[in-house]
Amino acid sequence: MNGNEMLFVAFPYAAFVIAVVVSILRWRRHPFTVSALSSQLLENRRLFWGSVSFHWGITVILVGHLLALLVPSGFELWNGAPVRLYLLEATGFALGLWALFGVVVLLARRFMVRRVQAVTTPMDIVVLVLILVQVVTGLWIALGYRWGSFWGTAVFVPYVRSLITLSPRPELVEALPIVLKTHVLAFFAFLAVFPFTRLVHIITVPLGYLTRPWQKVIRNRPEPAVYHPAADRTLERVP
Amino acid sequence: MRVRAQMSMLFHLDKCIGCHTCSVACKNLWTDRAGAEYMWWNNVETRPGTGYPTGWEDQDHYKGGWRRDDKGRLHLTLQNKPTGIARLFFNPALPQLDDYYEPFTFRYGDLFSAPAGEQQPTARPISMVTGDEMEIAGGPNWDDDLGGSQVYARNDPSLDGIDPDVRSQLEEIERVVFNYLPRICNHCLNPACVAACPSGAIYKRAEDGIVLVNENKCRAWRMCVAACPYKKVYYNWSTGKSEKCILCFPRMETGQAPACAHSCVGRIRYMGVLLYDQDLITAAAGAPETELLRAQLDAILDPWDERVVTAANAAGIDDGWIAAARRSPAWRFVKEWGLALPLHPEYRTVAMMFYIPPLSPVVATIERNLTKLDLPAERVDFELFDELDKARLPIRYLANLFSAGDEDVIRAVLRKMLAVRIYKRRQSVDGVVDDATVALLASAGTTPQEAEDIYRLTTLPTVEERFVMPPYHREMSIEAVNDPLRHKGAAGVGYVTPPRRGA
Ligand code: SF4
Ligand code: SF4
Repeated sequence: MNGNEMLFVAFPYAAFVIAVVVSILRWRRHPFTVSALSSQLLENRRLFWGSVSFHWGITVILVGHLLALLVPSGFELWNGAPVRLYLLEATGFALGLWALFGVVVLLARRFMVRRVQAVTTPMDIVVLVLILVQVVTGLWIALGYRWGSFWGTAVFVPYVRSLITLSPRPELVEALPIVLKTHVLAFFAFLAVFPFTRLVHIITVPLGYLTRPWQKVIRNRPEPAVYHPAADRTLERVP
Repeated sequence: MRVRAQMSMLFHLDKCIGCHTCSVACKNLWTDRAGAEYMWWNNVETRPGTGYPTGWEDQDHYKGGWRRDDKGRLHLTLQNKPTGIARLFFNPALPQLDDYYEPFTFRYGDLFSAPAGEQQPTARPISMVTGDEMEIAGGPNWDDDLGGSQVYARNDPSLDGIDPDVRSQLEEIERVVFNYLPRICNHCLNPACVAACPSGAIYKRAEDGIVLVNENKCRAWRMCVAACPYKKVYYNWSTGKSEKCILCFPRMETGQAPACAHSCVGRIRYMGVLLYDQDLITAAAGAPETELLRAQLDAILDPWDERVVTAANAAGIDDGWIAAARRSPAWRFVKEWGLALPLHPEYRTVAMMFYIPPLSPVVATIERNLTKLDLPAERVDFELFDELDKARLPIRYLANLFSAGDEDVIRAVLRKMLAVRIYKRRQSVDGVVDDATVALLASAGTTPQEAEDIYRLTTLPTVEERFVMPPYHREMSIEAVNDPLRHKGAAGVGYVTPPRRGA
């Protein structure tokens, strides 16, 4: 196995397995530790600028990446007309800048605000720096290697798909410039640290809230047979 | 009718001496931990005042509770479901640590380690968050006893609607008046905290109505903190989990009253079962403002009514609980005597802890809103009875606190309490109860027999009369999900793993 295979085959698979296995273990064995660890109580103003910018910027960009992976043909179609390509790229770049601004504020806040410092763990910094690398390389690629939404579907999509179908083709990314490689590797690193950090909160996004009844009532003691809680949407049974 | 039971606490405000023993008992038991130092699940505030966290009643600012729209539907003031999700990253209505206070301790070690010198060494205050030296700028009872203060009392939102003349008089030294208001979580029937939690980590227990946060499901979205109009969910900045009053359920499950109630020096607190109809919760929470109190009281069921008992049995409430509900001081004060009221019913969470409003300090007599002392002794009591509206604590103020602004409700309660007081005074001081006093009882809507009962439960209750604890049959719940022999080793309160912050 050469270096390229290590980095672009072994590493992603290892990172993925770690992400899945450790997340499940942590979720099941240490649910108390799964938390977004908000520090808004301690510092509000900078968090507003940092957190809102970062989260929205990065979420939309992530969804964009995911779409490119799932429906590359859609991207190719869209980018058929140059105007639309420019529009997409400009939007992506703006979102990237927005996210970058957010990360920088969040990172600065970790060092500058005493109260926030008090709850900062080394892993918080690792996470923020990793994301910073991601965002910076992403912006760099957008500037230095123009029209990524166009060639990306031809270069990255086959590579990622080869990983998913368990027939990895690392040679697809072998000749890429270092910045692009860093961008990809930083993502795998992100996957690998994911379950050990507060990033686990990503998989807890509470979309169930949209459909659940407002109230929630739980019984400790089994109720008698004559009673029919099914009629009441606010009741939820414990196993 | 679907019956559920609620453990309810009563606070007899006339008896509270503001000693904070309750708060300290609670703190020692539950919140003496990193990240929880600033939390006072039980706090006692001086009213008029801004309370803790500062100005918590200002819902324009904090966005707590529910509001009713023109069509009579209820909405959380804080959010609807999509905005709840959209604000996960930043919750604009979340109180800041400084709205509570920065928890502090003192560097006592300096007292021992300071080198010999001219001055006595001092223990400097340090922050319990950062460990840095700090200037103490606030605390959970920073305005203790500051009735009439320009900084605190004046900013009490419950003073709204009081005649400006009376308001300014409240700040005059001769008129300064205050009472204490102990507060815990109200374990509401329509809790805003539960409704606001995106993770569904907060729930109400069907068997006793306690509202709890499942710490294993809490993900630090902190919507509950903002949504609770009473600001009784707190965010632990160290563990990244929300915490709140648990009504000492581990104590109650073993037949003991909650620690705050048990330790209460003024013996102002009562604990008892209330049966309620879960089908009436929506009506109680959604009634028009003027009907709110009535609707809530309607949802509370009579434990002596056979139909209620049958329905309760059908819902799994056993005879031990029914018996406790019948002897419950909460039932007597809230429904039978109509003396106890929920705090801020207009928040529409249907709070289930009840308050018996305070009688103002006994004013001798009233002239131009100020006191006058030259009345014959027999008239003194009656004077106040007839002139309740000039009591030192404005009726309007109490109405803003306990009856969504309905002054008649407060008047009725105070008249009844005063009537009992006058009746007992005639009886014990004069030795005879004259006709005028009996007539006065009747005009306050009570009878000598009821007055005796009220008097007895107010002033002379035994501990068993104050705390009527129902049998929890915890062993049965445990057996339902656990092998008792395996559970044996794990009995008691405590974490299987210590509550440490996750990475
Ligand atoms: S008082 Fe208690 S139960 Fe009611 S909304 Fe607040 S935290 Fe929830
Ligand atoms: S212990 Fe009782 S009397 Fe003392 S402050 Fe608390 S509620 Fe009031």
